[in-house]
Amino acid sequence: MRSLILVAGLSLMALALPASAQRTDAQSSDFADARRFPYQNGEQLYHAICQGCHMPDGKGATGAGTYPALATNPNLEAGTYPIHMVVNGQKAMPSFNYLSDEQVAAIVNYVRTHFGNGYKDAVTPEDVKGMRQ
Amino acid sequence: MVATNSMLPRSRMTRRELLAMIGTAAGSSVMYQAATSLGYAAESEFKGPPNLSGAPKGTSVLILGAGWAGLVAAYELGKAGYKVQVLEYREKAGGRAWTLRGGDTYTELGGFTQKVGFDKGNYLNPGPWRVPYHHRGVMHYYHELGVKLEPFFQINYNAYVHSRDAFGGKPQRYRHVLADFNGHVAELLAKLGHKGGLDGHVTKEDQERLLEAMQDWGALDQNYAYKANATTSNRRGFEKDPGGGLSGEPVFSKPIEFSQLLKSGLWRAIGTGSGYEFQTALFQPEGGMDAGPLALAEKVKDKITFNAKVTEIQQDTGGVTVTYIDAKAGGAAKTAKADWCLCTIPASILSQIKKNVSSDMDAAINALPYEAAFKVGLQFKRRFWEQDDEIYGGITYTDLPISLIAYPNTHYGSRGKGVLLGAYPWGPFAYEFASMAPEERVKKCVEFGAQIHPQYLKEFDTGVAVAWHRVPWTLGCFGSWTEEKRAAHYKNLCQIDGRILLAGEHVSYLPAWQEGAVQSSLDAITRLHQRVTS
Repeated sequence: MRSLILVAGLSLMALALPASAQRTDAQSSDFADARRFPYQNGEQLYHAICQGCHMPDGKGATGAGTYPALATNPNLEAGTYPIHMVVNGQKAMPSFNYLSDEQVAAIVNYVRTHFGNGYKDAVTPEDVKGMRQ
Repeated sequence: MVATNSMLPRSRMTRRELLAMIGTAAGSSVMYQAATSLGYAAESEFKGPPNLSGAPKGTSVLILGAGWAGLVAAYELGKAGYKVQVLEYREKAGGRAWTLRGGDTYTELGGFTQKVGFDKGNYLNPGPWRVPYHHRGVMHYYHELGVKLEPFFQINYNAYVHSRDAFGGKPQRYRHVLADFNGHVAELLAKLGHKGGLDGHVTKEDQERLLEAMQDWGALDQNYAYKANATTSNRRGFEKDPGGGLSGEPVFSKPIEFSQLLKSGLWRAIGTGSGYEFQTALFQPEGGMDAGPLALAEKVKDKITFNAKVTEIQQDTGGVTVTYIDAKAGGAAKTAKADWCLCTIPASILSQIKKNVSSDMDAAINALPYEAAFKVGLQFKRRFWEQDDEIYGGITYTDLPISLIAYPNTHYGSRGKGVLLGAYPWGPFAYEFASMAPEERVKKCVEFGAQIHPQYLKEFDTGVAVAWHRVPWTLGCFGSWTEEKRAAHYKNLCQIDGRILLAGEHVSYLPAWQEGAVQSSLDAITRLHQRVTS
């Protein structure tokens, strides 16, 4: 489901926009589109989306509740697990099912090969397609 | 507030469990599901504070959370004679009805700390910031507790609408876009009518009335044309305003050409004030949005335990036992017991807390994702938006990642520093801001805002940025309902589950609104009282 529903008062000026400034460092983002993430590269996608909660170092964080660490996380051994998380969400984590199969695969492959994770068996867009509900 | 970065045990899941879960989970959701659920916002069904007379002596209620929902419950149940205790994770009351002021320190998840450098009287409401008149529960408590209100301006005709792809990136006045869009549409409809284009759709008599209405509504001249004259300038403003004496002759302004206006997309912003939740009158409490819950907290201050991080909620036939630790000092776990428990902890947090509730309620708690939202407060050395641009309160809309700039609806004309709401995006832009370090978010917002107000670059003083997914005590902005989720889970979230029941904006048809928290609390304590006294 990729449709976008915009309601007055929330996303009034959410126009589709051309990509503009280039990313200057690991923290910054392009802010290229109000309604979808245009990035295709796994690292860029991680920096634009995932690190808001799972943190730049992938170690997660804890307050009243916890964002689990992705760093050295044995749950990532099965590539289907992070695919499921990104596509369908779990509990408070929103679903990112509006990302393309290629984008999800790029994120998952990035996370599974960084932050102390060394899973070399890359997932494919076809794997993602099979996990969509 | 603690924001450690320690790694907690993660829930492990086998492939088999995973596949079972995938098989049972609900269907896919829509990106801006939050937006649709906000559309529910029906008129608040407030019929005055609940009548809780005849409470059995000594019946105790443990309330988790000291935001609007928990405080309303503590206040009303306490008045009715219940024995009430409140546990709150933070060091203060108010929850998401939160105000950041000069001198405050805010540490978000990841340990990023900001010290707010605003001058006295300046503030940012990172959460709720406006109250429509028909949010009768909130308004009731404002009036009862003597919270002073100011008008909140959703629409300011002299504020801007802006697109980086329209008019060379030059912001346009809302007044111009609204008047010209209406005028051109009226002219077009009138032309169609005169050419017989409405025949068969409306009767001849109604066509006459419609033409008259278009002339009136669109400010058309006697020939049904929309063009520069006194009538249209009285809508869109003058090139030179009328004055007195020899120099007072006005100069009419020239409408924006229709095709250019359509192409600009700026018409997207002209409906902003027509939504029920944004119609005049709206209010804000003087001095910051935390005034409401803080006034309630003052009434029940001897009942609140702060810095209490709930770790477990267990019920049996005799009552409810809640385990908590000191969120700041740590140390040994403590317990609180009561006959009943009203839990207002956001589902984002509650879903992670060990508890024994029914599988139906558990599934409901686990079904709610929490939305991204982002706000920044920017202090400037002077109120240039008033002094240079004649914008007194209200909101400028833009397709830049900041989404809007909102001007303070208070202290007009003061000579000192002023604070703007410099950004309030949802969706992808909010995620991107959340992913940045706070100082970089502020820097970006200044850069973006300078495209609308060039004064930003010279006048910027200090800022504070709040990304709701990094707020340690909510892990997101609000519970994101869809129609499917509501059908499957909402009632189960509301039911009294043994001796436990829930309240908060997530337990309402007014998600993200303070009124949702108040209404859910009143509904919950009314049902609880009925159960206790039946």
